[in-house]
Amino acid sequence: MVSTTVDLNAKIPNNVGLSDDVKLQRALETWLPNYLEWWNDMGPTDFADKPVFLRTAVSVDSDGWAHYDHVRMPDYRWGIFLNPRDPETSHIRCGDDAGKAAWTEVPGEHRNALRRIIVTQADTEPASVEQQRLLGHIAPSLYDMRNLFQVNVEEGRHLWAMVYLLHKYFGRDGRDEADELLQRRSGDPDKPRILGAFNQPCDHWLSFFAFTMFTDRDGKYQLAALSQSGFDPLARTTEFMLTEEAHHLFVGETGMDRIIKRSAELQALDPNGDIRRQGGIDFDLIQRTINYWFTYSLDLFGGEISSNAADFFATGLKGRYREDRYDEHKALTGTYRLPVVENGQLGERDVPMRNAMNEVLRDSYVQDCERALRKWNRTLEEAGSPNRLTLPSRRFHRHQGIYADHRFDPVGNLIDSNRYEANQRHWLLTPADNDYLLSIMKPVYEPGKFANWIAPPSKGIEGRPVDFEYVKLHD
Amino acid sequence: MDSAPQTPQPPVEFETDPSRYRHWQVSYDGAIARLRMCVDPAASLRPGYELKLNSYDLGVDIELADVVRRLRFEHPEVRVVVLSSGTDNVFCAGANIHMLGMSSHAWKVNFCKFTNETRCEIEDATAFSAQVYIAAANGTCAGGGYELALACQEIYLQDDGNSAVSLPEVPLLAVLPGTGGLTRLVDKRKVRRDRADVFSTTAEGIRGKRAKDWNLVDGVFARSKFEQEVMKRATALATRKVELLPGERKGVSLGPLAPELTPGTRRYRHVELRWSSESRTAELLVRGPGPADVAVVQAGAAAIHDAGDSLWALRAFRELDDALLQLRTNHLDVGLVLLRTAGDPALVVAHDAALWAAREHWFTNEVLRHMARTLRRLDLTSRSFFALGDLNNDQRPAFAGCLLELALAADRFYLLDHPKVQVGTSVLNEGPLPMSHGLTRLHAHLYGEPDKLEALLGHHELRSAEEADDAGLVTVRLDEIDWDDDTRVAIEERASLSPDALTGMEANLRFVGHENETSKIFARLTAWQNWIFIRPNATGPDGALSLYGKPQRPHFDWNRV
Repeated sequence: MVSTTVDLNAKIPNNVGLSDDVKLQRALETWLPNYLEWWNDMGPTDFADKPVFLRTAVSVDSDGWAHYDHVRMPDYRWGIFLNPRDPETSHIRCGDDAGKAAWTEVPGEHRNALRRIIVTQADTEPASVEQQRLLGHIAPSLYDMRNLFQVNVEEGRHLWAMVYLLHKYFGRDGRDEADELLQRRSGDPDKPRILGAFNQPCDHWLSFFAFTMFTDRDGKYQLAALSQSGFDPLARTTEFMLTEEAHHLFVGETGMDRIIKRSAELQALDPNGDIRRQGGIDFDLIQRTINYWFTYSLDLFGGEISSNAADFFATGLKGRYREDRYDEHKALTGTYRLPVVENGQLGERDVPMRNAMNEVLRDSYVQDCERALRKWNRTLEEAGSPNRLTLPSRRFHRHQGIYADHRFDPVGNLIDSNRYEANQRHWLLTPADNDYLLSIMKPVYEPGKFANWIAPPSKGIEGRPVDFEYVKLHD
Repeated sequence: MDSAPQTPQPPVEFETDPSRYRHWQVSYDGAIARLRMCVDPAASLRPGYELKLNSYDLGVDIELADVVRRLRFEHPEVRVVVLSSGTDNVFCAGANIHMLGMSSHAWKVNFCKFTNETRCEIEDATAFSAQVYIAAANGTCAGGGYELALACQEIYLQDDGNSAVSLPEVPLLAVLPGTGGLTRLVDKRKVRRDRADVFSTTAEGIRGKRAKDWNLVDGVFARSKFEQEVMKRATALATRKVELLPGERKGVSLGPLAPELTPGTRRYRHVELRWSSESRTAELLVRGPGPADVAVVQAGAAAIHDAGDSLWALRAFRELDDALLQLRTNHLDVGLVLLRTAGDPALVVAHDAALWAAREHWFTNEVLRHMARTLRRLDLTSRSFFALGDLNNDQRPAFAGCLLELALAADRFYLLDHPKVQVGTSVLNEGPLPMSHGLTRLHAHLYGEPDKLEALLGHHELRSAEEADDAGLVTVRLDEIDWDDDTRVAIEERASLSPDALTGMEANLRFVGHENETSKIFARLTAWQNWIFIRPNATGPDGALSLYGKPQRPHFDWNRV
């Protein structure tokens, strides 16, 4: 497929001056067919011909960023948008040069670090599409199926947003990196995605909701930290991505909440409170799922003590969550008290604040997750269930950082590996869990109907009723 | 930064054996040995840093040197050594940066020198023992990790979209790759120098196909096929046709040297090291072979092989090697080393002739190669060396043949004019024990006097002190009346000169003649790296090496020097 310049500009909604940007046009002309080929290989292609009620961003205006209509996914208009910003207010927000004018071009000094940040972020976007590609076949409702596809196309758009930065600002290397983003594959032993959580299988809807709740929430915090970047195009791109990311988090958080609500109903329904006998998902299994995805997502923030994190902050490439709310933006003094394992014991160590920036961001994330847990527990309370769910310790089940080489129980106690092995099946998702979940997850394709294991949402999308035909399967 | 290590630390011992390894796993399967780097983060040689991500310190490298040496002596059946990592996704992250950041200048220099010698020993084994090393980089291969791979004959890199080879020293730490990386890049692998420039300033390195295209590696294999493809290549190399030296391929185990330690002395079987912090001098004595030692060698190759690690030539030079390493690392205040020998010079010449006659046996070959490496370690030791040929405690000096090499390696050779003092060359002075830049010490010594060199070659009779002087072998010939005063003054004078200036001067003068890859590596390490190591841009309070891992960013003095 060969596109002309006119085609490109018409096809790709943008506010980055694509029609006048020869360099960007040239890059996209090569990349676009490869992207579509990737989407056809790795996206939810079994539903390619079905109109889906999708939100498309066609401009950054208040009425343009959320345009709803029934669209076939391959016809979705993946756009490129930067949040508008008065150039006068663009400045470096953190680190040694805080307060100075922001960079509108990549500074040579920080080129490699920026490229690495952008590639790592970009790699997560297609990865989740790959992880979720078959979930449409066991969707619990048309409403949920639509949300899945909305998430998928927007992850695709987020890939575009990052590829735009690579194409526009990183020359030939950037084009090579953009190509490689389409070559890596989630879970492929030879060409895995860069980060661990994005190589874990996500083969049923409990994992999908947990993934969008916990893993996409990491994305929110990474994007929020990058929206504080002194590299202005990155800051403005990620700001716009955050508006879409909010929907993904909504899907995850409410999806989990609806399962919890339904499980509590089934618990009350069963004379012995046996949720499984009623075809639902028991709370132990939900807890194991939370434990699994929350901890994999914690890994995504990087090492607790990190010279990269210190560098990224010091150079103004990546700030803290809502950096503007801090009074002081250099963080050169001060320390962060971190629990560490020393001589086989859990103790504490003071780490220079800049080196602890990953942990600072992780703190904001954990607080947000705790808020969601409180909300789910209120749902349980309101439904009269005696059960409560918890977040495991951030030391539990880690594969990155200072806790990765030690074993902890979900409360965070240091334990030996025998005890860990013996209890693992009580703490983390097991193959038997997955088998059970797949056994109850049969597709429900009738408008307004929902699978037995999940409660309906309180309302539909964009003012449409819950029984609206969000995906037209029989057109 | 010269304050660390701050608390007195126990002296470093360089002897180890497989039962004590903390960082390496070695396994043998016929002609193929697997060497896996599995650095124990907690087992650092000095306190204050963790050996994360397969990074190394001197302790890790001491074990590697031991592995490489034992492979040659103890496992002559091995044709291929596959070097990989026991940690998935990380081959080796190079020298531990926190260790470098907190180390004194002397520690860094000694560390780099020793690691370089080990890399050269890997290449030496490939060239002369038909033991080919191949690096199987099953993960990121950064800095010293890539330099370790560069010392191997072939490098294979896992192609997983992440694993890269890199030399991030310049962009990340404002120092140079410390183990010959830049030289091996352009001289050994013949990477185009403009590409080498791009590579050496790209911190994240180069991966996949481009690494192969630029000849940074010999091949890239997908992750799932990596092990299989590497072993396929290893098998091909192991079964290739090579002319192996004859002799029963039965390994010779290297037993412990077990020196006897008293304050101020370290006594081995054939070697004795004495030092005095007060006078800042040390005395290194090597005793020549006795009649029984010579008889073993004259009995031929099989008898030499049977003698194993008790063979004089192997034992004495292992002891000398250990003593040199002791001097370098544990006796920084010793500036001048007095080299002495004792024994019958005629026996040394006879020993050398017999050893050389048996050179076709693989074990004799290893013994000779080991002698050569030990003498190169002496050439590269940054201390003043004076060889003293006097009747020390009534013992005759034995500066002949392989022991004359000590005098030829020394910066000066003082010889007592006395009927009991004789000097002689042997066949071993004429080629088998070359310096790192390829010349014999005799050639380097008489670089400007080819006629005198010619006159010495092939004439192995002993010479009186006067004849040796006439032949150009002696720096200063003294009679008994002058000896004590003149040598005392020379020693005191030497001990009064700046140690830095002497180090530079000696290194300049020792290596006359052309350079080669190995001598370039050491020369550039001493000249450039050691200069950069003390520059504020690297190790000043705002330097990149000092601040690595710290919250502050480095600040450079932008003026070019």
